[in-house]
Amino acid sequence: MLDITSEPIDLDALVRAVRTDACGAVVAFAGVVRETSPEDPRRVVRIRYEAYSALALPQMREIAAATRAAFGPLEIAIVHRTGELGLGETSIAIAVGAPHRGRAFDGCEYAIDTIKARLAVWKQEVFADGETAWRANAPVGNGALADEAAPSR
Amino acid sequence: MRVRVLAFARLRELLGFGQEDVEIGAGATVDGLWAQLMPDAQPGTALRASTRFARNGTVVDGTTRLNDGDEVALLPPVGGC
Repeated sequence: MLDITSEPIDLDALVRAVRTDACGAVVAFAGVVRETSPEDPRRVVRIRYEAYSALALPQMREIAAATRAAFGPLEIAIVHRTGELGLGETSIAIAVGAPHRGRAFDGCEYAIDTIKARLAVWKQEVFADGETAWRANAPVGNGALADEAAPSR
Repeated sequence: MRVRVLAFARLRELLGFGQEDVEIGAGATVDGLWAQLMPDAQPGTALRASTRFARNGTVVDGTTRLNDGDEVALLPPVGGC
């Protein structure tokens, strides 16, 4: 399950998608909208997300393949939400199922870090005073969409 | 020739459109398209340095030549999750 959707994310559905008889561990991660901004003292009340799906979906498939190559065998599901989200809503969910917990944790961390650095998704914070700001993730290497370095185990 | 330009996030706001068909000279590059769209943000500016491009769904650099009917996406620094 790899998807970009405007619908609310069902984390349980991702967990079910990665659960196999070979799995001894499932790690589930949810990124949620919070009220504080790393770069602005004002209170955040909503975040708007937009994606370029024609690029972001292939990027998701590449990131899933790279995660499997580095930490597999494992199953991975990733869903990123778009549209306007309120506080506490899930903006991204990742589930990784692996034979042992170490690979599941490591694979999940690699996937979320790579997604934050690369995925063609943008967010705009909406503050309590009605103002807005586009918020970029910290750049990695040559730039946000540059090729990633090989993951390390 | 004509290409379809997609602009996202802050670049959409700066350009005033999310999608538009743009006439450019035959053999133009991505850099040439950018120069036409953003004459005030040429090489050396922070805006140009932070912008990436995709042609028909694949990330490309500024020297890439465009063809009639291409879809070119202008990508500001990403901010997902």
